[in-house]
Amino acid sequence: MNAITPRETLITLAQAGVRNGGRTLVEGVDLTIARGEIVTLIGPNGSGKSTTAKMVTGVLKPSMGTVARKPGLTVGYVPQKLTIDWTLPLTVDRLMTLTGRHGTNEIAAALDAVGASRLRHAAVQELSGGEFQRVLFARAMIRKPDLLVLDEPVQGVDFSGEAALYELIRRIRDTTQAGILMISHDLHVVMAETDTVICLNGHVCCRGTPNAVKTSPEYLRLFGDRSGTGLALYQHHHDHEHHDDGCVVGAEHGHEHAHHHHEHGEHHDAR
Amino acid sequence: MSTRTTITNMGSTMMLGDFFSRALVAGIGLAAVTGPLGCFVVWRRMAYFGDTMAHSALLGVALSILLSVNMTLGVFAVAALVAGALLLLQKQNTLSTDALLGILSHSSLAVGLVIVGFLTQVRIDLMGFLFGDILAVSVEDIAVIYGGGVAIIAILVLNWRPLLAATVSPELAEAEGLRPEVSRIILMLLMASVIAIAMKLVGVLLITSLLIIPAATARRLSATPEMMAVVAAILGGVAVVGGLFGSRTWDTASGPSIVVMALAIFLVSLAVPTARLFGRREHNGA
Repeated sequence: MNAITPRETLITLAQAGVRNGGRTLVEGVDLTIARGEIVTLIGPNGSGKSTTAKMVTGVLKPSMGTVARKPGLTVGYVPQKLTIDWTLPLTVDRLMTLTGRHGTNEIAAALDAVGASRLRHAAVQELSGGEFQRVLFARAMIRKPDLLVLDEPVQGVDFSGEAALYELIRRIRDTTQAGILMISHDLHVVMAETDTVICLNGHVCCRGTPNAVKTSPEYLRLFGDRSGTGLALYQHHHDHEHHDDGCVVGAEHGHEHAHHHHEHGEHHDAR
Repeated sequence: MSTRTTITNMGSTMMLGDFFSRALVAGIGLAAVTGPLGCFVVWRRMAYFGDTMAHSALLGVALSILLSVNMTLGVFAVAALVAGALLLLQKQNTLSTDALLGILSHSSLAVGLVIVGFLTQVRIDLMGFLFGDILAVSVEDIAVIYGGGVAIIAILVLNWRPLLAATVSPELAEAEGLRPEVSRIILMLLMASVIAIAMKLVGVLLITSLLIIPAATARRLSATPEMMAVVAAILGGVAVVGGLFGSRTWDTASGPSIVVMALAIFLVSLAVPTARLFGRREHNGA
């Protein structure tokens, strides 16, 4: 469906890094995101995932290396955690126009696309975790972004909600051909549709397709544990996935979490 | 007095001729500004921050007299400086914001009071500055309130979307190309302006109540941020009118009477079961 045709490059980071005070937050990041491509960043707490994402969105300027952005690049952002205080009355409808002006039809279409039409007039404080996350997706997508940045999109969402959100991300990619940069909250689970996984730990440890990464010695040394359970791919209803090169990635790895967290106590990167 | 009457037109003579009408007009004008701005104070949890800026106004008064500059400008400058100092100190990451506010709030009030004590050549109505004297407003004061008020509301309206986005999530606003840091500075300067304008009317100790109480009351009656801003302005106006009439009837201090009236409206609003009135979701068989 997608793929094969050459895709427009949206952003390129070359040996990019950020130094704050005397401390290097992250360095030597090479990263490109093209239209319709999903790039996932994984890494432990403080490994520079958020810093890298901030270089992509332009919030942080790189103090080393370069960031080249397609001129006029529109970014849609789904934050990691957004708690809206009760004191601020905000309906879903109003949230949709938070950072830009959008017509009522546009709002309806965006909410419909994530299956949240019936929530339009609800107060955001009343939504469940999964509902709110969907609404935040719709809010980001209404901007028709070239690049969608998702900061731990499934955090705080229950298992079925999680599956539905991954499915939604896949559909957004397929229908809009937006480039997607995802920060994963789980070191051991990566969406199967990911084109490139980048493992960070202050620098790029390893990278590649999910299948290449999960067998790479760097990944196993850093994030794998002694039981040998490595990276699991998050699959959906369909049993295989076509990749860029046309090869078929099997679905033999379901949703298996590693249960022995010896070396990395902070796997879930809670902040 | 007669020359004054001839240069003002008939309408404003009727409106602004007596001190009570002037107080009403001034108070309503102020409430129209403190309502919307107060919403941001409530949303951003800046109540203590506002208090600190307000307390520094007395220092502004003392310095204005000492340096013989315009008092409104002096108060604005000192309030803005104190807010700026706080932002800088926050970046140092040493004391908590809470403790910093406590230090700045009370020390600026105390330094102001000490300087006022040294100013022997001028008589200063300290109570007037602490609690305000809305019944003493002049036509010039009203001009300042409405001129400044229109400017403040215009700035709020023009920057509404970025200000609100920065309030909901600075991170999100920044990622999508807005500048939350600028929004923060704009809000700070607007608060300094409101304090400079409001000081004569309600005094440095009561200013923040006009920012917070109407906004807090409006929350229960509003479904959107814009609605809350408008409702807060209206409720503030009602508090001003009610408080002033109350103070005339019972011969109570005008500034505190307005605040008591605002509190009364707030308490009544608690009894109104509107909390779930606005949040609704459609259930179409799902």
